[in-house]
Order: sequence, then C-alpha cells, then structure tokens
Amino acid sequence: MFNRLIYILPLTVFLIMAVYFAIGLTKDPKILPSALIDKPIPEFVLPPIEGGPGKGFSSADLRGKGVSVVNVFASWCVPCRIEHPQITRLAQLKVATLYGLNYKDKPENALKWLAELGDPYAAHGADPRGRVGIDFGVYGIPETFIIDNNGIIRYKYVGPIDAARLEKVILPIIKKFSK
Amino acid sequence: MIAEIGHFALILALLMAVVQSTLPLIGAHKGYESWMATARPAAIMQFVLVAISFGSLTQLYLTSDFSVLNVVQNSHTAKPLLYKIAGVWANHEGSLLLWVLILALFGSAVAVFGANLPPKLRARVLSVQAMIAVGFYLFMLLTSNPFERIFPAPINGQDLNPLLQDPGLALHPPMLYLGYVGFSMAFSFAIAALIEGRVDAAWARWVRPWTLAAWCFLTGGVALGSWWAYYELGWGGWWFWDPVENASFMPWLAGTALLHSSTVVEKRDTLKGWTILLAIITFSLSLLGTFLVRSGALTSVHAFATDPARGVFILGLLIVVIGGSLALFAWRAPALVSTGVFQPISREGALLLNNLIMATAAAAVLLGTLYPLFLDAIGGDKVSVGAPFFNAVFIPLMVPMIVAMAVGPMLSWKRADLKPAFSRLWAAALAAGLLMATVWVIKTDGPFMGVIGAGLAVWLFAGTGVELAERLRLFKVPLSDSFSRLRRTPRAAWGMTLGHLGLAITIAGMTGAGSWRTESIQAMKPGERVTVAGYEFIFDGAKDGIGPNYSIVEGTFRVFKDGKAFVTLRPEKRIYNVSKRPTTEAAIHTTFFGDLYAVVGDKDPNGAYVTRLYFNPLVAWMWGGVIIMIAGGGLSLTDRRHRIGAPAKRTGQGAAVAQAAGA
Repeated sequence: MFNRLIYILPLTVFLIMAVYFAIGLTKDPKILPSALIDKPIPEFVLPPIEGGPGKGFSSADLRGKGVSVVNVFASWCVPCRIEHPQITRLAQLKVATLYGLNYKDKPENALKWLAELGDPYAAHGADPRGRVGIDFGVYGIPETFIIDNNGIIRYKYVGPIDAARLEKVILPIIKKFSK
Repeated sequence: MIAEIGHFALILALLMAVVQSTLPLIGAHKGYESWMATARPAAIMQFVLVAISFGSLTQLYLTSDFSVLNVVQNSHTAKPLLYKIAGVWANHEGSLLLWVLILALFGSAVAVFGANLPPKLRARVLSVQAMIAVGFYLFMLLTSNPFERIFPAPINGQDLNPLLQDPGLALHPPMLYLGYVGFSMAFSFAIAALIEGRVDAAWARWVRPWTLAAWCFLTGGVALGSWWAYYELGWGGWWFWDPVENASFMPWLAGTALLHSSTVVEKRDTLKGWTILLAIITFSLSLLGTFLVRSGALTSVHAFATDPARGVFILGLLIVVIGGSLALFAWRAPALVSTGVFQPISREGALLLNNLIMATAAAAVLLGTLYPLFLDAIGGDKVSVGAPFFNAVFIPLMVPMIVAMAVGPMLSWKRADLKPAFSRLWAAALAAGLLMATVWVIKTDGPFMGVIGAGLAVWLFAGTGVELAERLRLFKVPLSDSFSRLRRTPRAAWGMTLGHLGLAITIAGMTGAGSWRTESIQAMKPGERVTVAGYEFIFDGAKDGIGPNYSIVEGTFRVFKDGKAFVTLRPEKRIYNVSKRPTTEAAIHTTFFGDLYAVVGDKDPNGAYVTRLYFNPLVAWMWGGVIIMIAGGGLSLTDRRHRIGAPAKRTGQGAAVAQAAGA
C-alpha cells in the first residue's frame, strides 16, 4: 500500500502546483498596486502637443464630466502602437472621455504618430519632461487610468490593452463608475 | 499568399498529427499492423508540412512582408540579414513554430531510422510524439498564429528588441529547443514503455542517444544564454538566477540525472520506475521552461506580452501532458519489475545519490522560481527571490555531490567498499588540500566560497584523472599495455571522463569569476586613468558612429600592464534607430587567467563618461569546461553500442541501425 502511495506522490505534487498556477493566472502581473488608487488625481495643467490642435487638458477637465480615461502614450513606445486599435475602439464606444497624455515625446514625432494611426483622444496634452507623469506614478508606458466623475483614480493598468482586457475589464469598470 | 501557404500547411500538419496520435496507438493495442504502419509516413509527412510552414515564415521575414503582423512586430527592412532570419524565432509565435519543427524533425528521424525498434514500441512512441505536437499546433492556431495578417500594412516594421539582435542570442533558442524537444523523445519512450509495461536494457539503450543528444544541446543552450548575459547585459556577471535562466537550468538538472539513471537501467536492470519518472519530469520541466517565460505567470526582464487566453491554454496543456503522464505513471509504474539488487555503497548507489541531489537541486530551483507566484496566489506581497536564496540552497547541495563525483566512478557495480576508493584518491585529496591552503593564504580577504570552489575543482579534476589512470593501470603495467587499454576504452567511458573533467574546469571558472572579481565604476574624463587588478586603463574618450540599424558611442581604453601597452578596448553603447532602445556592447579581452571587461556608459554634463571596468578571473575556463562537457557527451553518443544497437537483428541491417542510433 505504501509503495502504491509513493507512485501517486508525483501526481499529487503536480496537481497542487497546477492549482497555484491557475490562481496565478487569475492574478495579472501587470496590475501593480498603485498608491494612487482611490485617491484624487494630482493637480496639473498640460499644454497641447506643440503645433497640434486643441488646448491641452488639466485636472479640472477630469472632474464633473463623467468617467474619464487617461491613456499615457508616446511615439517611441512600441506597445502603445499595439494597443492603439483598442484605444480607438474605446473612444468610438463613447462610454468615457478619453484623454491622451503624450509622455516624454518630441512634438513632431507625436503629431506624425497621431496622423499615421489616427487620433482617438478628445484632447491630448504634452508632458515632454515627464513632470505630470511622475505625479501619476507612471513608470512603464503604455499606462491607462480610469478616473470617476469626482476626479478619483479608480483603476490603473500598465501595459498594452488587448481586446479581451478592454471587453472584460476596462469597459465593466467604466460602466460601474458611470452610474 | 506565402502567409496563407504557411498557415494552411500548419493546419494540415495538425490533421496529420491527429491521425498519427490515434491510429498507431489503437493499432498497437489491437494488433492491427496496417494501423501501426501509418505512424511512419504520417511522421514524415508532418515534418514536411511543418517545414513548409516554417519556410514560409522565414520567407516572409526575408522579404520583409509587413502585411503580416508577426513580421511587423519583430522586423525592419534595415535589420541585418542574420537577424531577419533569427527574428523568425525571436518572438512568441515564431519560437513555437521552431519548437514544432524540431519536434517533427525528431519524430520523422524515429520513423526513418527506427527500423530496429520493435514495431509496437515505435508506433506508440510516434503516437505520443504526435500527441505533444497536437497540443502545440492547437495552441498556435488558436492563440498564437504567426501568419496573422494586418491591414492596412504599415510602411515599415517595429524592429526586433535590440537586446536580441546579437549572434549569441540568434543561436541560443535553437540550441535550447533542440535540448528541450530532445527530451520529448525520452518522454515518448517512457510513456510508450508505461503503456507496454516493459522497461529493459534494450529500451534504455534506445532512449540513451536521445537523452545524450538533448543533454548536449541543452548544455550548449544554457551556456550560450549565460555567455550572452555576460557580454551583452554589461553587468559583468554571467548567471543571475533570473526565472528565464532557471527555466532552462531545471530541465538540465533533471536531464543530467536522467542521463545517469538510464545507465543503471541499461547495465543493471534496476531503478526503472525512477528513470521513467525522471524522463517525465525532465520533459515536464522543458515544457514549463518553454511556457513559463511566455505565459506571463512570471514576470521577468525577458517576458513576452501577456495574453490571458494563452495562459489558460498553456495551463490546460500542462495539466493534460504532465498530469496525464504522471497519472499513467501512478497506475502503471508499480508493475515494472526490477531484477538488479545493489548495496547502498556501489556504483548504483553513487548514481542514485547523484540523482537524488540533482532532483533536489531542480526542486529547489523550481521552488525559488515559482515562490513569488505561490506567494502572490495566497495573497502575499509581490516579491522576487534573488540570488541569495539560490546560492544558499544550491551551493550546499552541489558541494557533497562534487565530492561524491570523484568517488562514484571508482566504485564497482552491485557492492563496493569506500575505503579502497578513498585510499586511491589520496593524490586528489592532497592536491585539493594544497590548493585550498594556497588560496587561503593568497586570498585571505576573499570569500570563503573561493577556497571551497578551488578545492572542489581540483578534487574533481584530479579524482577523475586518478580514475582514468586506474582504468589504464598506468604505471602498474608497462606503458604499452596502458596504451592498448587506452585504445580499447569504450567511447562512453571517455564521455564520462571528459564530462567530469569539463565540469571541474567549469567549476574553477565559476569560482574565479564569482569570488575574485575586481571592479571599478567611476566617471572618467578623456585622459584619466584607473588601475584594475594590475592593469592600467587609460580612457581616450568616446566618439560617435553609425551601424546598420543603430548609432554608436564608442569609447576607447588603452590598457597597460607593467608599463607596457597590452591591449586596446573599444566598448560601445548602441542606440537602435527604430526602438530608440540602448544596448551595451562590452569590450572583452580574454586571457588564460581572466577577462578584461570594459563598458562605457552615458556622458554627464561635465563631459565625463560613466565607465565600468572589471577583471573577471578564469571566465574562459567556464566556457572551455562547458565545451569539454559537450564534447564528452558527443563522444559518448558515438559509442559502439549506440552505433551497433544492442539486441538488434543479426542480419545485415547494421547500416540502418547505426544511423538510427546516431540520429
């Protein structure tokens, strides 16, 4: 009997590991606890991208106008390019006001990028030195923040948003805070 | 069009694999010869189809077809040809395609050259191979299609991650995968043996060449990865216990154990269940190694983008393959009867000790690699387990193993006595003791590990030498007798000797580089000088330049030894045009006693450059030792018994059999 148990041991150990793997999968390594979740947005005024349209945006724009999404992007950021279709889709769904924070970028490159791929943002602001980025705790773009009507940061995601994440995470959260 | 051909060939390969994984298996069970016979053509056809698919992707890369997403994401027209080709497998989807290509190659090798295998065993082995392949094809077609189109096609691609644009890393994945996938053969043979309920010396002899070849490739792959980290990451280190490195190291540890235990099955008809289990574990760790990096379950510098659908599929695949085979093991392995008996102190006992230590080491590395994942799962913090944990666990395991490694080969099979073995090793013990004392005197301030490492290296080297001398009865019989014994020594025995000597040299290199490194980090203005380990570095400033798809800042150091010009080092810092990401190209001058290693960094506002200068002792020994180990494995692979095949048919099939064993 004991002998038999020994042969079952490897399977048991593996199954326990598999359970941990399964739990590990439900936890996204990219959702890092942000000190800013459930905190008000930092105060800032961002100028428009130099030579581009619009007037930029500021923290005042993010309060009292429903749910907003701030997407931090740059022309030099390859994953930003990958997530761009999803960001565009998010804008087309008109569930939240979408702001683009152009991070540590050259204005001409940023404008070329927007011209090439399309400009989904209701407004964008330039943060060439990353000052506002620091206040937002940005450290690896693309990053996306969901901000509720009262200007409270409710969710932060680091990394490119894929179709599944947009559908299953981003949209439900926007919906939740739209009420 | 080419993308569609590649995609379609992949779908056909899946269908072929489905046929190959079912018909021969049922045929072998029911005794239908014609069903079993489908395995060989199916395996060959599968290879042809995957080769077409792989060729298509390569062609898309060569022609920079930016209507294909995978090419857009990983290539650029300005990329040098070598990296256009290497780009094929330097990404998630393409690397999987390489994986199945190698899998199908090995499967077809069994089909073509496996004429001496019993038909039932061959049918089952090929079926199990095809099952693995089905899992991979489905994974690719459902979640990771390399041939996905993109519309509208961009004008140019996003270029390959600059860190990967390196000759060492162009070769690293194919080597690693030849190792990983090579262990799939041992796995398939193990599963087929469990289904058949029979493991014997002949089985062990069929499995052994595959295990040996896989081990050689994996050893090369791990070493290439380490070498790359050494010269490309620019930190002067060569092993970081990074999850990705661990992922390749775990199957190596388990595979090394398998290599040793299969000898026992072959020679002594015992340790069968254990060897089967090791074959399953080794391949499971290879699978884990393939996927751990990509699933996003673990984050690392190397990690690829996370996609939840992929993660779920990978987990499912792991549960089916690993869970299924371990369940089969639990059910069938108790029926395997071992006939050989042995005392704890014997060659078998020593090999078992090696196995237990290697397996424990693999388990420890696994625990350390997955610990952050476990902790996160139970709601703890995000942590990463670093080098201190691994060093604290790994080194104490390796010390007794290396002590035992010199003794093991001196013991006889079945029953042995330790005393005569140790008494014959007095010379090795003396040499190790002397060197340890010398190191202790010279490097009193150095880490104590240096003393231990030096002692172990000499002990193992000298111990292996003593064993060789004993085998040749050197100085006990006339030299001509020794010489004829030398010539009659089987190549497998030479393989063991070389493998152990190589490891001894590698340990010496690791000890030197790990314990006695000298480093100096500073800001230097042109004309300034710094002395590192007796070498005087004069910084001549840096100038800008242009490479094929990057711009360069190249620093120049003139190095003087004892006032005489010794060498000029030109480290580079590259900024890649497309991604704007920098890479460090360390300048390394290798000498017998150590590497001079220079890195130039950013310029500060005062016009000074951050420079890092190292003297890394004995690094070349590390790589040299690995090459000797691989040579040992290769030599053992050409051993007569693999070429001839043991209980092979007596009729004139020698040639086919020889090829089968060598494949």
